[in-house]
Amino acid sequence: MKRKLISILVGMALATAPLTPVFAQAKAAGAPKLSDGVVRIGVLTDMSGLYSDLGGAGSVLAAKMAIDDFKAAEKGKAFPIELVSADHQNKADVGAQKAREWYDTQGVDMVTDVLNSAVALAVTKVTAEKKRIMIDTGAASTRLTNEDCTPYTVHYVYDTYALANGTGNAIVKQGGKTWFFLTADYAFGHSLEADTSNVVKAGGGQVLGAVRHPLNASDFSSFLLQAQASKAQVVGLANAGGDTINSIKAANEFGLTKTQTLAGLLVFITDIHSLTLQVAQGMMLTDGWYWDQNDDARKFGKRYFEQIKKMPSMNQAGVYSAVTTYLKAIQAAGTDNSEAVMAQMKKMKINDMFAKNGYIRADGRMVHDMYLMQVKKPADSKYPWDYFTVKATIPAEEAFQPLAKSTCPLIKK
Amino acid sequence: MEIFGVPLQAMFGQLLLGLVNGSFYAMLSLGLAVIFGLLNIINFTHGAVYMMGAYGAYILMSAFGIGYWPALVLAPLAVGVVGMVIERTMLRWLYKLDHLYGLLLTFGLTLVLEGLFRSVYGVSGQPYPVPDLLRGATDVGFMTLPNYRAWVVVASLGVCLATWYVIERTRLGAYLRAGTENPRLVQAFGINVPLMITLTYGFGVALAAFAGVLAAPVIQVNPLMGSNLIIVVFAVVVIGGMGSILGSIVTGLGLGIIEGLTKVYYPEASSTVVFVIMALVLMVRPAGLFGREK
Amino acid sequence: MSRSAVGYAVLVACGLVAPFLLYPIFLMQALCFALFACAFNLLIGYTGLLSFGHAAFLGMAGYMMGLSVKQWGLPPEVGLLVGTATSAFLGYLIGSLAIRRQGIYFAMITLALAQMLYFFCLQAKFTGGEDGLQGVPRGHLLGFISLADDRALYYLVFAIFLLGFWIIHRTIHSPFGQVLTAIRENEPRALSLGYDVDKYKLLAFVISAGLSGLAGSTKTLVLGFETLTDVHWHMSGEVVLMTLLGGMGTVLGPVVGAFIVKTLENRIGEFGELLAAHTGVEWFKTIGDSVTIVTGLIFVICVLAFRRGIVGELTALFRKPRP
Repeated sequence: MKRKLISILVGMALATAPLTPVFAQAKAAGAPKLSDGVVRIGVLTDMSGLYSDLGGAGSVLAAKMAIDDFKAAEKGKAFPIELVSADHQNKADVGAQKAREWYDTQGVDMVTDVLNSAVALAVTKVTAEKKRIMIDTGAASTRLTNEDCTPYTVHYVYDTYALANGTGNAIVKQGGKTWFFLTADYAFGHSLEADTSNVVKAGGGQVLGAVRHPLNASDFSSFLLQAQASKAQVVGLANAGGDTINSIKAANEFGLTKTQTLAGLLVFITDIHSLTLQVAQGMMLTDGWYWDQNDDARKFGKRYFEQIKKMPSMNQAGVYSAVTTYLKAIQAAGTDNSEAVMAQMKKMKINDMFAKNGYIRADGRMVHDMYLMQVKKPADSKYPWDYFTVKATIPAEEAFQPLAKSTCPLIKK
Repeated sequence: MEIFGVPLQAMFGQLLLGLVNGSFYAMLSLGLAVIFGLLNIINFTHGAVYMMGAYGAYILMSAFGIGYWPALVLAPLAVGVVGMVIERTMLRWLYKLDHLYGLLLTFGLTLVLEGLFRSVYGVSGQPYPVPDLLRGATDVGFMTLPNYRAWVVVASLGVCLATWYVIERTRLGAYLRAGTENPRLVQAFGINVPLMITLTYGFGVALAAFAGVLAAPVIQVNPLMGSNLIIVVFAVVVIGGMGSILGSIVTGLGLGIIEGLTKVYYPEASSTVVFVIMALVLMVRPAGLFGREK
Repeated sequence: MSRSAVGYAVLVACGLVAPFLLYPIFLMQALCFALFACAFNLLIGYTGLLSFGHAAFLGMAGYMMGLSVKQWGLPPEVGLLVGTATSAFLGYLIGSLAIRRQGIYFAMITLALAQMLYFFCLQAKFTGGEDGLQGVPRGHLLGFISLADDRALYYLVFAIFLLGFWIIHRTIHSPFGQVLTAIRENEPRALSLGYDVDKYKLLAFVISAGLSGLAGSTKTLVLGFETLTDVHWHMSGEVVLMTLLGGMGTVLGPVVGAFIVKTLENRIGEFGELLAAHTGVEWFKTIGDSVTIVTGLIFVICVLAFRRGIVGELTALFRKPRP
């Protein structure tokens, strides 16, 4: 029996010995939140999956650039700032657990990027529970500023309402009255499909049907067949990243584009880069930011490009802006206490290379101008990444869901 | 014209797609059935080697500029060699033990292989172009069928039938079958049974890799492409009969078609229909539809 | 007091002190998985049945527990019971179908049925599909003990673990358990001795499923959500790994295995950095992203060279060779 006992104890020791690093950190968690003297920012993103081009390492770079620029601007008077990052692998449980661990054991004060609406919804709950801040730049679901809003959440760059409003409206006005949706089967896809359907119906159009596909589906052929069978004028792609790219490629393969119009409801510049102008030309899309839209944006874009050889998407530019805004708010509020910083951020006007005259509303929605873009023909593109013509600017007030319609419990009606 | 409320056009379209999918199932389950039927090994790595075949084609193209047609031969050869190495160094030790250890080992190997490719290539797919000869699509009346997919059906059926013929109708196949029923006796006749086993494993693996190369232009070449398929392929092999070559071919094709039909009438069930069928078959005929109880 | 009782007392004491030294959430997770692995071990280590679909029990129980607490407003202890009962019932259904076959067919059936359940969870409205079931409240135990504090919750989880472990221990060391071992060693013989082998196997299956459900429900209570990861076949593979690594057929093996695997998953990034620092090989830094590779390697090594698992090997090492 003694031998068995020893073997068991040795086994347990083996198991727990590596836990000692956690030990040290757990003690630190007891210290007061005015954060151990340091502002820690976490970039929680998809590092290697289907959304990694829109966020991933690019978002981490953007955050780093923001921190460096802030420190440079403060000329050495800045408070200590640290950056951590992690891969949520597009899984809500991984993201939520990582966020919780960050808050509990590493004193992270603010989490950003968090693309993938399912992960964002999970992380926002943990963030509210732990009273930290989440400035989400990557997710799209409007739930973040409606039923799932919290006093600690900011939805920064875009959402499905803005996308539906922009692209949906434009296409309906062009004559695309009957729609069929190809939807990614999770929070984001459902949200985008619902918002666009509303826009279509409001514009006098009809939704003939929809088919749900699993996230990261490899073969879209059977779904596209159904889209073709519906005989709708427009096939709306309520998906993003790798899924959108694959749907478009398959649509071309099956000759769908000969008789029907493809509407990419969420398309990033990185997707166009993968697809090539040849395939994507003429497509209409709604974007929150384009590197070539003004001088400030161009400067940022080129600096970013030097490091990573790709132009930033609106998400990555958004991370830069979000981190800068957050740091400025801490500076102005004199503390990194979440309530104080949130109050400060909601008071600020956001004017930087990302947004002009942007501001954060009571429901956490950051409101700014959106742009309706069209993808250039290959002949019209003069230099690398010269992909878009700005067709229209959608002013902030129109682009996003009116505050009055929001179902966020924080708003006093 | 409509059948149960679905236009005939739509149904034929899905059935044709189902046939394409079915050919993949048939090829993959063929390799699995060969390995189990002849070697009594449950090869969980089948999905991973399928993926490696696709990556093989991708790497041949991006690093060496070797196109699709040579890749159809080279990639399966290369992956087959890898398979033989695995068999020689690892699986060999497990033959005396319970089958289940073989399953666990190959499961572990799958994780390693997928993890390796994942760490190098990430999870999003690499594009692989359709070979020029097979580009374009043909309008078959009820749908536009990309030519490449028609080729897939032809190629898989060809390979499957060739394999079946070799195993069931030639002398080499007879040696193989005899070797697994009674290795000692066959070895006593002077035939090198361990070598045969290694070669057979390599062949089964090469079949999967061939399917991978076929799949590369159709779906994204990504590290998880095998793991999505492997369980379905297992189900196919169990339904068809775990030792039966013909069983896996017929079941694979049949399943592809049934899935296509399900997608038309009740799309949500299309992923589960194979398991329902498998559970039913196991209840009623545990050796599978074409299998022989060992 | 016998030596083993002293041993267990020491372990319990460690468990009581642990939340003050280590991150409680991690500990609770590890305990849930330890219970899951122990329940699984009852089947493979003591009855000789490899179930490749045990994730179904872990996940479904978690979903049902989440549903009862979040949607129906039931108190947490009732939620746990609902989850456990769901899994036990599922275990009865799946078990009755699977038990008819042996060996590899048994494993295949459990895999297939679990996969069916996975797709059901993917489609069903109440599970939230890819989004998962979020926002499961911790509530108040027995109506007045608040579980919001991590440490308070830890003691509840520890108690649940001890209860589950005790049930398994009693089952193993009872006449019923002896019959199970007999079935594992030589089923036809047990049958010829007059035992209704199928009934025994089914009962073992149901107990295993129920306790897995208890583990799953508890995990949902701790984390506040339940996702498809818990019903995916990778999870079924993970519990096999934990049991194999720890030692199949040993009482504490699965616990050790669970803790090691969970620690590995959490700390692998740091291991990588440590290795990189010591050996100067840069590539080790990327190990953090490759939990699957390491897991797979452990599997392979265990099957090839280490079949008795950690506890098994250590016990064998200490056993004096007979003269």
